[in-house]
Amino acid sequence: MSTAEPAKFDEMHAPDGSVRAAYRDYQRWLDQQDASLMRRKGMEAESFFRRTGITFNVYGETDAEERLIPFDMVPRIITGQEWRRLSRGIEQRVRALNAFIHDLYHRQEIIRSGILPERLFRDNPAWLSQMVGFTPPGGVYTHIVGIDLVRTGPDEFMVLEDNARTPSGVSYMLENRETMMAMFPELFSAVKVRSVSNYPRRLAASLAACAPDGAGPKPTIAVLTPGIYNSAYFEHAFIADQMGAELVEGSDLRVFDGQVQMRTTDGFRPIDVLYRRVDDDYLDPLTFNPNSVLGVPGIMDVYRAGRITIANAPGTGVADDKAIYSFMPEIVKFYTGENAYLPNVQTWRCADPDSLKYVLDRLDQLVVKEVHGSGGYGMLIGPTSSKKEIAAFRAKLVARPDNYIAQPTLALSTCPVFTRAGLAPRHLDLRPFVLCTPDGVEITPGGLTRVALKKGSLVVNSSQGGGTKDTWVLDD
Amino acid sequence: MTDGPNFISPSYNTLEKPMLGRVANGIFWMYRYLERAENTARLLAAGHRMTLTRGADEATQEWRSILVTLGLLQSYQAHHEGFVGAQVCEFVLRSRNNPESVLSMFERARISARACRSAITREVWEAINEGWMALRDMLARPVRETNLNQVLAAIRRESTIARGATHGSMLRNETYSFARAGTFLERADNTARILDVKYYLLLPSLAYVGTALDTGQWDNILRSCSAERAFSWLNAGRMDARSIAEFLILDERFPRSLMFCHAAMRENLNALGRFHRREGKAHEALAACDLMLSQRTVEDIFEQGLHQFLIEFIACNAAVGSAISEEYRFVS
Repeated sequence: MSTAEPAKFDEMHAPDGSVRAAYRDYQRWLDQQDASLMRRKGMEAESFFRRTGITFNVYGETDAEERLIPFDMVPRIITGQEWRRLSRGIEQRVRALNAFIHDLYHRQEIIRSGILPERLFRDNPAWLSQMVGFTPPGGVYTHIVGIDLVRTGPDEFMVLEDNARTPSGVSYMLENRETMMAMFPELFSAVKVRSVSNYPRRLAASLAACAPDGAGPKPTIAVLTPGIYNSAYFEHAFIADQMGAELVEGSDLRVFDGQVQMRTTDGFRPIDVLYRRVDDDYLDPLTFNPNSVLGVPGIMDVYRAGRITIANAPGTGVADDKAIYSFMPEIVKFYTGENAYLPNVQTWRCADPDSLKYVLDRLDQLVVKEVHGSGGYGMLIGPTSSKKEIAAFRAKLVARPDNYIAQPTLALSTCPVFTRAGLAPRHLDLRPFVLCTPDGVEITPGGLTRVALKKGSLVVNSSQGGGTKDTWVLDD
Repeated sequence: MTDGPNFISPSYNTLEKPMLGRVANGIFWMYRYLERAENTARLLAAGHRMTLTRGADEATQEWRSILVTLGLLQSYQAHHEGFVGAQVCEFVLRSRNNPESVLSMFERARISARACRSAITREVWEAINEGWMALRDMLARPVRETNLNQVLAAIRRESTIARGATHGSMLRNETYSFARAGTFLERADNTARILDVKYYLLLPSLAYVGTALDTGQWDNILRSCSAERAFSWLNAGRMDARSIAEFLILDERFPRSLMFCHAAMRENLNALGRFHRREGKAHEALAACDLMLSQRTVEDIFEQGLHQFLIEFIACNAAVGSAISEEYRFVS
């Protein structure tokens, strides 16, 4: 059985085999390279990543070895024109997300007006009653957002997922570019690519702009990590290092004098902005999970007193819910007054009996996801699943239909990757990174391109064997 | 004088950004482990060289004394009987039964470097990460005698590269001072232990002075500290116990002597004192240690008793480490 419909769109090649405009300069360069050089470069890339320690740990693996996310050397290229259109849609969506979260924790106009059913957030474990009536410093909830996009045709970009909680992967965006520039410096003279290297500085500036009143002109920013055994530890350290911020663990922090303070060699010092890479549930054992040792007891009181900025704000994860996602076109319209520039992927809410029936009849064709799930876990990809797997999933779905949504198996766009046999197309997606401040929204040109390395596979998650590519936005 | 100027710009106000106590602890120990791994390699190389020129009994004694110097005798004997070179090297370098093996020291240095990643430069991180990768591969299997020197050289080389990257790329702020204080505290300890295990060979009164045995043993002591060339150069080939003890304890020009290490520690603790605008128990502990070295001749030390001196020094030196940890809030 084929794993997906044949791809309709390849980023590099048109159906007649010709090279698309975005890749013309790249192809010209590639034609001048010999195959053995490219193979050697592939190995160079791997040793580069090993040396710099760009690794991740996989949960549930017994040997707990650090692994590399495979890197593919063919860049994913987006034209300037395509990017301008995407940016417009992303900015609109992120503004709407922020307004939506603010509304959910205040007047709940969107529920009063009957657009969003109340149960959607009431049943949502990411919704925090502690945030009701509270406005974070600067009114910003989602300081850092990752919007997952997929493409099915020349003009068909769609949003697959919103990551308003704690989007990860930005270190790969930056290091993939560094790797490409180190391996193929001449390529960057031949093709004009917009730089991404400003991201850490922009991130630091955005976080500083959201510092609480009274933080002073140079707020102290810290990145809170669960520690070196966390799967994304490399990224936490990388971001802190690049921003010039402190990298702290829960054990470094303590609340006193109404502030969150870190233990330094010179005593305790207050923190103004905490970019936390710890989930809400672990953030404050006095407020949330009492067994958490990763967070800071009492931080929520400091937060609610307006004396620290937490990025992203607790409770933003409510917007990552896939049932809420299915309402995003209405949400965008409600808060911006405009139709969404970027469409959603068609989504059936299994909580709705008609949709459930539709989905149950077509389980072998659809992708079914848990509404609170992430990372490619807990989902069914109908076309690649066995009868037994489908039957097992059907039972789960019938037992708790409101826990699931379903989407068509999309013909995701492909892009060539280097394989032993030469270039071969593989499916991919794109996660641009967006920064929000009280003054506006900023999008780094490019993002993280994730690519499924198995032929025909549609799963791009690194935890499931996906790889990454450098993402270029042409300066044209 | 010894470790180069700590300040590039004396007006730089680092108190604005004191580092995390946990990170200071990680940095301090990272450099201690690197230094210890390197000194262990040096000790093994000198010991191995000596066993090549001696009979079986002396070789056994030598391997045993290496374990004593490293403080590993008990844990070794819990797993092995007898002192065979291959077995001792295996235990010291890579055995899973030995939590203090060179491999695990490099592992711990790397874990510290990872946990303190944002306090060190990319150059330092890569030096340690690559060093660990190289040694992990080299020590994945038992080391054969034909490869022993190559492995020992690699351990010293990787540690040297990390130190060089530190020297060449790190900002002269308190991070650097903790790194250097850790390095020299460990080095002083290691030199003192090497001397203490063989102190009886350095007593001037012993009757067999001047025999072939002595010069071989003396040469071994010097080699254990990479001091043989410097010592010959200064002494035009003459060798005697008194000069060796004086050189390794009191010569402020030799970078592994106790005197040199303590001058460097003083320099780095002074820098920390300036950063923090205060001095405390770390400085007091160091001053107590300094009393043992400054204004003393090697004759004074022999009079006190070399062994007694070394034991006291090792304890005093360790006390400086604990005081630094308390003073700068390494753990609480």
